[in-house]
Amino acid sequence: MNFIRFIRGSVKIMLHGSNVYYAWLIFLLLLILWGGFGYYDQLRDGLIRTHMRDSVSWAFYIGNFTFLVGVAAAAIMLVIPAYIYNWKPIKEIVIFGELLAVCAVIMCISFIVVDIGNPVRFWHMLPIVGTMNFPSSMLSWDFFVLSIYLLINLFVVTYLLYCIFYKKEYNKSIVLPLVLFSIPMAVAIHTVTAFLYNALPARIFWNSALLAPRFLASAFCSGPAILLILFQILRKTTKFEIKDEAIWRIAELMVYAMFIYLFFSVAELFKEFYSGTEHILYWQYLLFGIGDNHEIVVYSWSSIIMGFIAFVLFLFPQTRKNFITLNIGTVLIYASVYVEKGIALIIPGFTPDVLGQIYVYTPSMTEIRTAAMIFSAGFLLFTLLSKVAIAIIFEDYNIDILNKKARKSNREAVSEFDHPFISP
Amino acid sequence: MKNENSRRSFLKNIALASFATLALSGCDMKALEEFLQQNFRTLSKKEKNKIIKNLAIDYKKKYGKEFNVSDKPALEGTLFGYALDLARCVGCRRCVYACVKENNQSREPQVHWIDVLQMEKEKGIDFAHSTSQYNPEKVPSEGHFYLPVACQQCSNPQCTTVCPVKATWQEPDGIVVVDYNWCIGCRYCMAACPYGARHFNWGEPTIPVEEINTEMHYLGNRPRMKGVVEKCTFCIQRVREGKYPSCVEICPVGARKFGNLLDPESEIRYILENKRVLVLKQELNTQPKFYYFFGI
Repeated sequence: MNFIRFIRGSVKIMLHGSNVYYAWLIFLLLLILWGGFGYYDQLRDGLIRTHMRDSVSWAFYIGNFTFLVGVAAAAIMLVIPAYIYNWKPIKEIVIFGELLAVCAVIMCISFIVVDIGNPVRFWHMLPIVGTMNFPSSMLSWDFFVLSIYLLINLFVVTYLLYCIFYKKEYNKSIVLPLVLFSIPMAVAIHTVTAFLYNALPARIFWNSALLAPRFLASAFCSGPAILLILFQILRKTTKFEIKDEAIWRIAELMVYAMFIYLFFSVAELFKEFYSGTEHILYWQYLLFGIGDNHEIVVYSWSSIIMGFIAFVLFLFPQTRKNFITLNIGTVLIYASVYVEKGIALIIPGFTPDVLGQIYVYTPSMTEIRTAAMIFSAGFLLFTLLSKVAIAIIFEDYNIDILNKKARKSNREAVSEFDHPFISP
Repeated sequence: MKNENSRRSFLKNIALASFATLALSGCDMKALEEFLQQNFRTLSKKEKNKIIKNLAIDYKKKYGKEFNVSDKPALEGTLFGYALDLARCVGCRRCVYACVKENNQSREPQVHWIDVLQMEKEKGIDFAHSTSQYNPEKVPSEGHFYLPVACQQCSNPQCTTVCPVKATWQEPDGIVVVDYNWCIGCRYCMAACPYGARHFNWGEPTIPVEEINTEMHYLGNRPRMKGVVEKCTFCIQRVREGKYPSCVEICPVGARKFGNLLDPESEIRYILENKRVLVLKQELNTQPKFYYFFGI
């Protein structure tokens, strides 16, 4: 019963807000609608609506999935430095990190669902009712770890908010082990996702032991970027307090991640280009194009250039501690990793294809609209959940307020009922 | 304008769909049954019989012909192998189209189980410098040779390992098959296959009624649906009846050889023992049962 009241209270918060809040929701809903009609076309006609074909059989959807796994993972991994450096609002960082992780994992699973040819057969992948190919298939592993990760984070964040809402002390012996467990799980979801591509001998571009480390390093760039922006917004609009030092510290950690990522990439490039075997083809297609096929080059170089500018902005303390340049860098690194994961990681794995043929892939309008649908739905979910979290944590929205209101409205209701009985 | 239409048709379809579910909830048991159908390998003989009987009825309704749908299991003591004589192949692509017809592949969008690559004699077997889009007046073109590639029927297949739902597996006679009713269409197998042998139904497959092959196998050439993966099965509906695959029969130069690897008297064994054979991408340890050789 208590939980239902908590949910009811939460829904009430979601439905009330400023005009800017409503405008943002309507904007997201319109985007979902626009994307949804695109996805409907795909459901009706099949994946032929995308630009994927037999040669390039995975592309933008699976790239988005990969990117979001990184976001989901990094959101939680930020708990480690928060703990070590003893940033003051550790509970808040955990809560918002977990909210972000929950939304990101839901978006991940949505991208898998839109990518498969028969979404209604998704249950075939479940154990017992279906025939899950566990432990052989890395995809079943991925589904497994993502589900656990989702459940843990969903539970912890709901439980914490529930306790604050009811002004109860939360049970540390439940929360702490789960939060600690979610940290290696965050590493696990990203590593398993990297292994998904990594262990395919047919795809030489991915068959490098550095793939998983590069994944983790790039996730540590893009995930904190979102939280960096979020914390600044929260600080401006709510009673959320986070010191400048903590924000700069996050930025500093991101520089380390960027540097490691850069180092891994250079190591990879050196090995490929210096040895100059036929395996170089895929990097060549990514960076310079092959023959007349240059369509993907603009993606790869825009990602490299954005990433590099962000690296420079984050590297020097003067620009790192200036909030304008810091935020420019944050947006740039986010965009850089998004393009890298969305296009530059997946497409060269398939181009040239296993028989050496080149099929030029760029996302179709249907793919872009479907992705827009999932992203705006994810943002919508994150907005609604954050709204609840902000109200409960910072605006003292709790059970007492709800009770007071209930009593008040009860009294009104009673007095209305009273009259007809009194008057005759 | 087109958008407007699709939107209207979307709303109309939703209305229709909800009406249909209400009205036909009684008759829709079959769709539900199909939705709940289990993995082919976990079905009993009785369930299989019922399913293939129903399929024959469905196909008759759809195409207006008598169909024979089989689920014949592998024959005892058979392990199929294939050999292709690179010296003879002229790149005419007759095998490609014979295969399309025999195996009821979609004509629009086109699905081909066999890809013929034109390679330069100077470079040898070099995929990076090959093309499947060659189109001269007459084949073979000067200075080129041809390498047809279909499923290599690996003994150590990657595609079956990665499948998250066990919808594809290797049969006891060595043929790698797909349960089209169980495949979720994730295409992980396509990423894992080093030979580009797996093909996806990106759109609704279409087969002209007059060209449809009515002799079918459940794990082979029965019509596929949108959103599932398909591949060469060595013409499972033929070879389990003791016939040659249709690509072997159509080849005008006799470049294609097929037989039982366990039979010491077979032609395929003769080739393995007396010719120098090679397999594609040997370094990947997929151990194909599809061998290439130079006969002359």
